[in-house]
Amino acid sequence: MYVAVKGGERAIDNAHAWLAEERRGDTEVAELSIAQIREQLALAVNRVMAEGSLYDPDLAALAIKQARGDLIEAVFLIRAYRTTLPRFGASHPVDTGAMSCDRRISATFKDLPGGQVLGPTFDYTHRLLDFALAAEGLDVPEAEGGAPSDTQMPHVTGFLAREDLIQPEPEGADTPRDLTREPLDFPADRPLRLQALTRGDEGFILSMAYSTQRGYGRNHPFVGELRIGTVTVEMDIPELGFAIEIGEVVLTECETVNQFTGSKTEPPQFTRGYGLVFGQTERKAISMALVDRALRWEELGEDNVGAPAQDAEFVLYHADNVQATGFLEHIKLPHYVDFQSELELIRRIRAEAMAGQAQEAAE
Amino acid sequence: MTEQYLEGGFADPPRAAAHAFRAALQALSRPGRIETLSGATPPAPCSPAAGALLLTLCDGTTPVHLGPSHDTEALRGWITFHTGAPLVSAETAAFALGTWEALQPIHRFAIGTAEYPDRAATLIVEMPALSATGARLTGPGIETEARLCLPETAAFQQNRARFPLGFDCFFTSGDRVAGLPRSTRVEEV
Amino acid sequence: MSNSTMEGIPQAAARPETEARRARLSTLAKAPAGRLLALWSGWLGGREMPAHDVLRPPEIGTVMVRGRAGATGAPFNLGEMTVTRATVRLAAGAVGHGHVQGRDKDAARVAALIDALCEGGEADALETAILAPLRAEAEAGKRSRLAKAAATKVEFFTMVRGENG
Repeated sequence: MYVAVKGGERAIDNAHAWLAEERRGDTEVAELSIAQIREQLALAVNRVMAEGSLYDPDLAALAIKQARGDLIEAVFLIRAYRTTLPRFGASHPVDTGAMSCDRRISATFKDLPGGQVLGPTFDYTHRLLDFALAAEGLDVPEAEGGAPSDTQMPHVTGFLAREDLIQPEPEGADTPRDLTREPLDFPADRPLRLQALTRGDEGFILSMAYSTQRGYGRNHPFVGELRIGTVTVEMDIPELGFAIEIGEVVLTECETVNQFTGSKTEPPQFTRGYGLVFGQTERKAISMALVDRALRWEELGEDNVGAPAQDAEFVLYHADNVQATGFLEHIKLPHYVDFQSELELIRRIRAEAMAGQAQEAAE
Repeated sequence: MTEQYLEGGFADPPRAAAHAFRAALQALSRPGRIETLSGATPPAPCSPAAGALLLTLCDGTTPVHLGPSHDTEALRGWITFHTGAPLVSAETAAFALGTWEALQPIHRFAIGTAEYPDRAATLIVEMPALSATGARLTGPGIETEARLCLPETAAFQQNRARFPLGFDCFFTSGDRVAGLPRSTRVEEV
Repeated sequence: MSNSTMEGIPQAAARPETEARRARLSTLAKAPAGRLLALWSGWLGGREMPAHDVLRPPEIGTVMVRGRAGATGAPFNLGEMTVTRATVRLAAGAVGHGHVQGRDKDAARVAALIDALCEGGEADALETAILAPLRAEAEAGKRSRLAKAAATKVEFFTMVRGENG
């Protein structure tokens, strides 16, 4: 129960002023620009875009600056801003097969058309702090350029599909349900689950995925392919009567190849998990693919072993960090009346109990 | 190429839409009270008030049905360009526009569900004129009673009887609008 | 261009003037706002902006970007991106539509003006002054990233056993 409490206005104003000052920090130190955050903290920007569900690097950088680097607070700011914008429409589904790839690796096939392209990855760094970065004004040598090839990079799952070794992806509704427009409703079909996962909290999705690897709903994933790069976004423009490319977004896509299913009538086939996330967000995309696969137990005719990652209601209701933060943090707001009633109750019970003890002792 | 549909939107959309939204809100929360709603110049036969409602309340997520009285190429183009709303049949419409006769039979429109009574249609009924005379209105938002020249009463009585389900109505004429939510009781006098 | 591009609107796509306009609007939409405005002011070269009516004032909004489950299956909502659009009509009557990625209202209006001017018969001049440079810059940027990616391509070599040398 909430009770309107008046007062504290001056305290709040002063708190905001101090927050602004603390945000700025020591004025002897140069102020961060939005462009610096966008360019030099790009992975934080990517995470805020993915979980804020809004692709706009400058806005995400602004949100990070305003939130003093608290990424969940920044996601909250982006979500709030998004609600003020009209939606012009929806794009055609992006064609990730035509992605201009910065990175593309497969853990299942060594030699695949297009090759294994590492891209700007942390994978082979030694995780030793680089104190050279502590010095400012260092020149960064330009990365080596190779001969860009025009080789297509077809999806690995396509090869398996051609031999019927992997389950085909069923067609779906042209207009998928949208949990930002309608309340989440169960049973949640796969498109709705994928939307919830792609905007879900990276830490939560990672932990759910990890739990499946450790045995809570194990499904033996191989990373069939992981790709990061730029895709064009196309949309029909009604007044023109045709589609145009309205922009480009960087995406990370992970396709897992999982344990097979089969039955007396159907020969065994590999199954799939899928992750697609805004920005260079590799950990999130892989996690999403594992959790997507775990949530598919029912449609793939598997047993529900009671693993948390198999429970769609549990996963989808708890994946959103803005919802979670809102409900969690509201308990620090005034609950004076609630607590007064609890206080009165416990005093009365204690008084009765003590009176009873005193009477027993007297008897 | 006729590109008449490109004109007639709000000149200053944020401000005009805010004013129009306020007027629409007033109209529905004070049933029978006639408000002024201007700023839009839609193609005929759509009234400026109905045009302003469409510009303010409709977008790509609110399917619109045009009754035969208003189903013209110019108006279709105008709604598509200025709001992005898909044009659909009566059964799936979130908004419908037409004369009362053109919107018949009225039972085709969504009345919401027990879980989501808000998933009901809003009808924008174009009238030759609007006046605070005729049927007696009572209920939420009306201190004693109000009068409004409705095209009939039986349909609105039936609509009231299934509250909290039911459609909501705006009546428009020129730059004037009045509202009749599903919660209003209507009596013939 | 992907096959999905023209799904549902084959007639419009078949016309060459439609294809030219589609390509032009796509280039303008993806252009960095700063470059678009710089090339535009270079093209104006001190002249006034062409006289025009604003049919739809520049407006910031979003487009829901969709993906497909498993890259080829059921569409799902990935998240939105910011887009700004505007529609103008030149005094001579040509109408132009501008859509640009991001939140730059000036860029959206300029994109609409460029589209209108091209529709009004100045397509060749604007192609040389604005569209070709934008395309070349976008292509160079893309090639540069692809070249860096190519340098990180793994060349596997197999450890050979049981042979001399």
